[in-house]
Amino acid sequence: MINPAHKGKMVVVEGSYAVAHSAKICRPNVISAYPITPQTHIVEDLSQFIADGEIPNCEYINVESEFSAISALVGASAVGARTYSATTSQGLLLMHEVLFNASGMRLPIIMTVANRAVGAPINIWNDHQDSIAQRDTGWIQLYVEDVQEASDTLPQLYKVAEDNEIMMPGMVCMDGFILSHVYEPVVLLEQELTDSFLPAFQPENVLDPEDPKTFGAFAAPDTYEEFRYLQEQAMQKALPKIEAAAKEFEEVFGRFHGGLVDGYKLDDAEIIVMSMGSILGTIKDVVDQYRARGEKIGVLKVRSFRPFPVEQVREAIKNAHAVVVLDKNISIGTNEGALFTETKSCLYNSKIRVPVMGYTVGHGGRDIRAESIAKVIEETKKAAKSGISVESQFLDLREELL
Amino acid sequence: MSKPAPKTYITSGHSGCAGCCDAFAAKFTLMGAGPNCIVVNPTGCLEVMSTPFPLSSWQVPWIHSLFENAGAVASGVEAALKALGKKDDIKVVAIGGDGSTMDIGIRSLSGAFERGHDFTYVCMDNEAYMNTGIQRSSGTPFDASTTTTPPGKFSFGNQRPKKNMVAIMAAHGSPYVATTSIGYPRDMMRKVKKGTEIVGPTYIHAHAPCTTGWGFDTSKTLEVAKLAVETCLWPMYEMENGEITQVRKVKDPRPVEDYLRVQKRFKHLFTMEGGEEEIKKIQATADWNIKHFGLQ
Repeated sequence: MINPAHKGKMVVVEGSYAVAHSAKICRPNVISAYPITPQTHIVEDLSQFIADGEIPNCEYINVESEFSAISALVGASAVGARTYSATTSQGLLLMHEVLFNASGMRLPIIMTVANRAVGAPINIWNDHQDSIAQRDTGWIQLYVEDVQEASDTLPQLYKVAEDNEIMMPGMVCMDGFILSHVYEPVVLLEQELTDSFLPAFQPENVLDPEDPKTFGAFAAPDTYEEFRYLQEQAMQKALPKIEAAAKEFEEVFGRFHGGLVDGYKLDDAEIIVMSMGSILGTIKDVVDQYRARGEKIGVLKVRSFRPFPVEQVREAIKNAHAVVVLDKNISIGTNEGALFTETKSCLYNSKIRVPVMGYTVGHGGRDIRAESIAKVIEETKKAAKSGISVESQFLDLREELL
Repeated sequence: MSKPAPKTYITSGHSGCAGCCDAFAAKFTLMGAGPNCIVVNPTGCLEVMSTPFPLSSWQVPWIHSLFENAGAVASGVEAALKALGKKDDIKVVAIGGDGSTMDIGIRSLSGAFERGHDFTYVCMDNEAYMNTGIQRSSGTPFDASTTTTPPGKFSFGNQRPKKNMVAIMAAHGSPYVATTSIGYPRDMMRKVKKGTEIVGPTYIHAHAPCTTGWGFDTSKTLEVAKLAVETCLWPMYEMENGEITQVRKVKDPRPVEDYLRVQKRFKHLFTMEGGEEEIKKIQATADWNIKHFGLQ
């Protein structure tokens, strides 16, 4: 919802510009990136800011691969620099090994992922397969719904990630093209307000000859497990901090996009549609039509996929008659999308007994039309009455191509 | 009395083998670089033996990330120091083995040199993947036996000559590229010091015989290193802005046999039929070095 007080401050810019501007306002010290569609406009805009001297105390490294983009930030973050990158798809997959490394070394590197499908077949359009494939790397993952949220979430994520009790890297996942290339009215982050919201990065441990420390030591079986445990503890501690950062952001900026989750017409909802990212806008439109007819349909937006907000999801869906989860990804071999699997998993050992259905949708940028979402809701209504017939399936398959 | 040796910043007590070449290389590198540096160390024996958590042998700030990204990590360290206004006081030194430098890490190293980051990269070249059990790398010399290039009915061992990494790094336009050897500590310290004092990406390629991987007595590491230089199989030279500016002369080059015979990895050349011909090919490499680098 647009805050009426913000209308005068809104400008129409490309999503990538809003994100680049937000990254600039967060005062990064080192930016390192490699161009890949549809992330390119973000790094082009940042390069222009650098060329114009608009980011003080910042070095921009034009690396030779995504692997080096994120590796350079490992070194930079360990020195105590605030770091930023942006990537997508194949580039994010190329970073995979380093993602584990950054998290294991507890370096709060932040990046924007302009979500895109992965090959083969090669495809440049949006789905969530790239970032979902990174879910076990130990990175905080926040999925955003629109350009304003993509922009506003960056300082929130820096605040959480750089908290001395957290010290975990994080990614803001925004839908490639749909959000990165769309022109929308947004409020661009103000420097003064952002400075009051986001303190300077002051890590306890840095690489400094005055006080030499060893980063990335070798851990044998007698010590390795505790490192993993502490990463998990940090993620659990991040849950309330993500909520708190979103609320504090609202106090300072007057905008709120949800904390760990966000509900839309949820209070009395009998059927709940769950998803992540820009598809939520379409879902809300369809739900509005149902509501106009007096049908009790609601929407649960999952903003934080890592850490996964088990309690908040349980609380949000406990009174529903049936839940349907739309995933722009699939774990091949399970016939399920990741959010669907997580949602079922968080209910199993609870007392909540709600049928949950899954659809894996929008692969490689296929449009998800309002009619398709209505079809999904109709199927979910049937499941609420007479049980689930198909637990998880593809949506809008073109049978004639098979 | 010779001059006292400079202080080093890697302690004893690490778990390197007796006579470990990496320990020598790290020691001499830090003697050259001094205490005001940040060390980037890719995966390998040196990282494993010097940092078994919660212990560390490093008395300078040290970071290990992965096997193939030391060039990029060093780029980031350097960029962060610049951004935070600390670069003038602190040097950045990366030190990695031949595998992490010449094979799996060459992309990230090439990128870092092309971009011109101000750091010094030291390659400790022991001519195979020793940490994983002596497998062949692109630094492995012709006819050397490794666990992935064993001699057999149809093979004398490694089929290819060493990759000319020094030429590759010089071709990046580096202001200073040099070869050295752990057999010549003062040479190595001097070159590392020079490398760290020159602004821009500088590269030191240090020949480093591995007692375990090459098969010689643990007391002979430095002796074997010297033999490589004395047989002209390891020429020692400096290049500044692409031109060779200094060469270590070898007055009376010894036959390569003297170097090959003391190492188990070349033992088959002295027992297999046709081995003599192979040794002649290796001698031809030494002869080429003598001519090309003007070693005499």
